[in-house]
Amino acid sequence: MSRGALLVLADGRFPAGGHAHSGGAEAAVKAGRVTGAAGLGEFCRGRLHTAGLVSAAVAAAAVLGADPGELDLAVDARTPSPALRVASRRLGRQLMRAARATWPSAELDALAREFPKGAHQPVVLGLVARSAGLGAEDAAYCAAYESVSGPASATVRLLSLDPFDATAVLARLAPELDLVADRAVEAGRRVLAEGVDELPCAAAPLLEIGAEAHAAWAVRLFAS
Amino acid sequence: MHLDHTHDGPAAVSADAHRPDGTHRALRIGLGGPVGSGKTATVAALCRALRDELSLAVVTNDIYTREDAEFLLRAAVLPPERITAVETGACPHTAIRDDISANLEAVEDLEDEVGPLDLILVESGGDNLTATFSKGLVDAQIFVIDVAGGDDIPRKGGPGVTTADLLVVNKTDLAPYVGSDLGRMAADAKAQRAELPVVFQSLRTEAGVGDVARWVRERLAAWTA
Repeated sequence: MSRGALLVLADGRFPAGGHAHSGGAEAAVKAGRVTGAAGLGEFCRGRLHTAGLVSAAVAAAAVLGADPGELDLAVDARTPSPALRVASRRLGRQLMRAARATWPSAELDALAREFPKGAHQPVVLGLVARSAGLGAEDAAYCAAYESVSGPASATVRLLSLDPFDATAVLARLAPELDLVADRAVEAGRRVLAEGVDELPCAAAPLLEIGAEAHAAWAVRLFAS
Repeated sequence: MHLDHTHDGPAAVSADAHRPDGTHRALRIGLGGPVGSGKTATVAALCRALRDELSLAVVTNDIYTREDAEFLLRAAVLPPERITAVETGACPHTAIRDDISANLEAVEDLEDEVGPLDLILVESGGDNLTATFSKGLVDAQIFVIDVAGGDDIPRKGGPGVTTADLLVVNKTDLAPYVGSDLGRMAADAKAQRAELPVVFQSLRTEAGVGDVARWVRERLAAWTA
């Protein structure tokens, strides 16, 4: 692996469209479930161990060589909310665009041809990591970290939260990020041996319900 | 692994002048500027002026609503399938400059779905004087300010006023009512922009958007030449 490439891919400024998405934070703020740094911490912990774990495992499995089409179907099956499925594919397509300029590869071209409107973001992330010369653990870390960094930066904008407090929330979650990345890589290895049913299916119903409500709002700051 | 642009594929990467099927893509012109300066009104007037001679589409970047897209739809300046709204996550300048992926997706989808197109207008959400478009997203940009926002804006400069391919000073009909000195604005703009063009316009007069439409036609002629 190249630690430098990992930093480029994991950078919140990597231009893959994430800035327009709150990862469910906007719906949670509006519903009064997140009102400050403590609530953000709980929200991020919940997202990390559910959506974050699933995404990280999918990304790891993709790096290890699992079939992208099967992984894509598995993500569909683990994403009940149509709004979240749309958001995930849109982000996958945007990541694909950025990655084909930064780490072009025949494999990315093939995936773009198979999914012209976008494969699910964690599937694309896994293949992008491969193109960047990164490993399964790197991709799992990127997915797990994204699952909490997006909501944290969105909440800074939504609540005018002190940015130091929001970043401290992320720092406190680091040991759990390590744990989730480990579990995700193990799951990715099992997928290779036993098939995509080995992927975790940890779910956060409030994220799914919140996303559906959010998609129907007339006025919102974030796309999801 | 190699980092050159030799791979072919279904999606063009940002500024490439050709679409994946080899055809020339549409000219993309960005319109930016502060809130309320008349960007959407200028887009609407341009659509009315050009829609009979060109195949047109519009991408709007609203900050927290679909207000601008809906204004254009209500005004029926173009059929609804030719107007797309991009959501910007509270950061309109990010979506047109630092992370242009959602806007590129919107312009490509428009060309796929209603194309072939001659021209796509990309309207920024109202922002500040530093907001400019990435060259990866647009081929030329118009910065729209207005006389009621203060006649010192050209003097203050900033990337939008200084570097835009066309500076539009809008709502000149209001100048006497808000005490703005058009002569001073023109002199300051000249000092900031040297040879880059400036248009003073009022959409309430007969000339309307005529000068801007002429500039757009010239850009299009150069693009297709």
